[in-house]
Amino acid sequence: MNSAALEQIKKPQRDWKKPVIHLLLILSVFLIGFPLYYGFVISTQSMEESIQKPQKLLPSGYLLENYKKVWNRIHMGRLLINSSIVALVVSLGKIAISILSAFAIVYFNFRGKQLAFWAIFITLMLPVPVRIISTYQVVTSLGWVDTYAGLTIPLIASATATFLFRQFYLTIPDELVDAAKIDGSGPLRFLWSILLPNSGANIAALFVVMFIYGWNQYLWPLMITNSEKMKVVVVGIASTVPAGTQLPEWNLVMAAAMMALLPPVLVIILMQRWFVHGLIESEK
Amino acid sequence: MKKSIFKNRWLPYLLISPQIVIVLVFFFWPSFESLRLSVFKVSPFGDRQIFVGMENFFQLLISPEYHRSVFHSFVFSGGVTFLGLAVSLFIAALANQKIRGLRFYRTAVLWTYGIAPPVSGIIWLFIFHPSYGFLPYLLSMVTSYEFNWLLKGWIAILLVIFAATWAHLGYNVAFFLAGLQTIPKSVMDAAKVDGASGFSLFRWVTFPLLSPVTFFLFIMNMVFSFFETFGIIHAVTQGGPGDATTIMVYKTYLDGFVHMRMGLSAAQSVILMALVISLTVLQFRYTERKVSY
Repeated sequence: MNSAALEQIKKPQRDWKKPVIHLLLILSVFLIGFPLYYGFVISTQSMEESIQKPQKLLPSGYLLENYKKVWNRIHMGRLLINSSIVALVVSLGKIAISILSAFAIVYFNFRGKQLAFWAIFITLMLPVPVRIISTYQVVTSLGWVDTYAGLTIPLIASATATFLFRQFYLTIPDELVDAAKIDGSGPLRFLWSILLPNSGANIAALFVVMFIYGWNQYLWPLMITNSEKMKVVVVGIASTVPAGTQLPEWNLVMAAAMMALLPPVLVIILMQRWFVHGLIESEK
Repeated sequence: MKKSIFKNRWLPYLLISPQIVIVLVFFFWPSFESLRLSVFKVSPFGDRQIFVGMENFFQLLISPEYHRSVFHSFVFSGGVTFLGLAVSLFIAALANQKIRGLRFYRTAVLWTYGIAPPVSGIIWLFIFHPSYGFLPYLLSMVTSYEFNWLLKGWIAILLVIFAATWAHLGYNVAFFLAGLQTIPKSVMDAAKVDGASGFSLFRWVTFPLLSPVTFFLFIMNMVFSFFETFGIIHAVTQGGPGDATTIMVYKTYLDGFVHMRMGLSAAQSVILMALVISLTVLQFRYTERKVSY
């Protein structure tokens, strides 16, 4: 029996089903969106409104005032610039060095290739927290504390990106290489004019995933920066949470949180197709 | 593997060297240092190191504080993993039906992947705020139980579990949706012909076929909740109240950078390393095939 016929048979029972599915989905979306909505609403209220009981769950008129106040208070401009630099350098750096290493691994035979491959693979098992103290010492001895180099370079290695490009290169037909050779072009020429132009989708996909990885770093920037002007936004907004004796300016905290989460969330929504591709493919 | 088509003596080394240098300097060297330090006692300023053998590990073995951090870690990670998988599988299974607006629903969940765990933590911190938060207020209308995370450890754990799960939902849903789309339509149709529908179809056909994805996500959620949630703890509860939310990674940080007990902290890093290595090995051994198919 084909599926169209099956649909026909099932039809009568299905009429009540779809609205229920929609209802459950809308409910889920609402619950998942609620913390964001709540944070946003609070960020538009005055401090008095934000701590009254019961709270109003509707936007009020203090949006601009709150955002301006917190922007100046924690130097939000600087924080956002630093986070952008970190996210861009980390994501583009990971992509660049992974393209090169995957190219070496797939298109050349050289002594120590297996070893290099395994060395890159093992980085998957060494997340920042398990090597934090010693990595910190290494970066200190390089004199990179409180610099962009210290913030970004130790995060740039990427096993997943290397594997993804390796998988992709393996699908490129050998005939293309032969053709390139007949044309007399060398390996770098081949990489530049054949492989790279065909890697667009993979690069875009990895970019989204790695950009978010870089933007959302917390432990490493916390350790490696100590001046206000090198802080990243995710670390910076944590300092807005009022301690016991301070004014409960939660409206400002929420305004800061909204500004910190907007850029990565926008990147996901605008580049959704690449994002899903990058997420799934890089884990294969 | 195939190819290896270009011949060049030094070019491949040049190409692979940036990655290898970073891996050696910032991954391997620090990891060896952690291994080495784990058998030393280090003075607070790092100027004197005394070899103590396994003493740091023995100390952890008998330390009730360390036991508690292990326990808190597993409660936290178990909570994040279970809640995250349950919610996202539910949503993915619903969204995978033939309905309109799939794109909208998908976007409406996926965006959560962009939230940094500490940012999520701060929003949930306010939702749980004992004096101003929405949740304690709601609960106060139905119960007189004092829902205050500053006083009750289990509420603090709940707070960080919610914050971590929320920030990771998009990731889970993306993988479940991708997994559901790989289930052949013919298999589903065959099951329907055999009379399966609704929940039984899901329970006996969809769910077993999804088991590779579920297993993969189980591992990834454990890794996430163990190693990428430091920011939530640090920004929200600082491990408190008491040490109710002091998970292993946070305790490693406290001992290393706050209490300046480098050797003890390094020993904890080594234990964490063993943990993440086992999880990764498990994942690579069993995700390819083995679990169903």
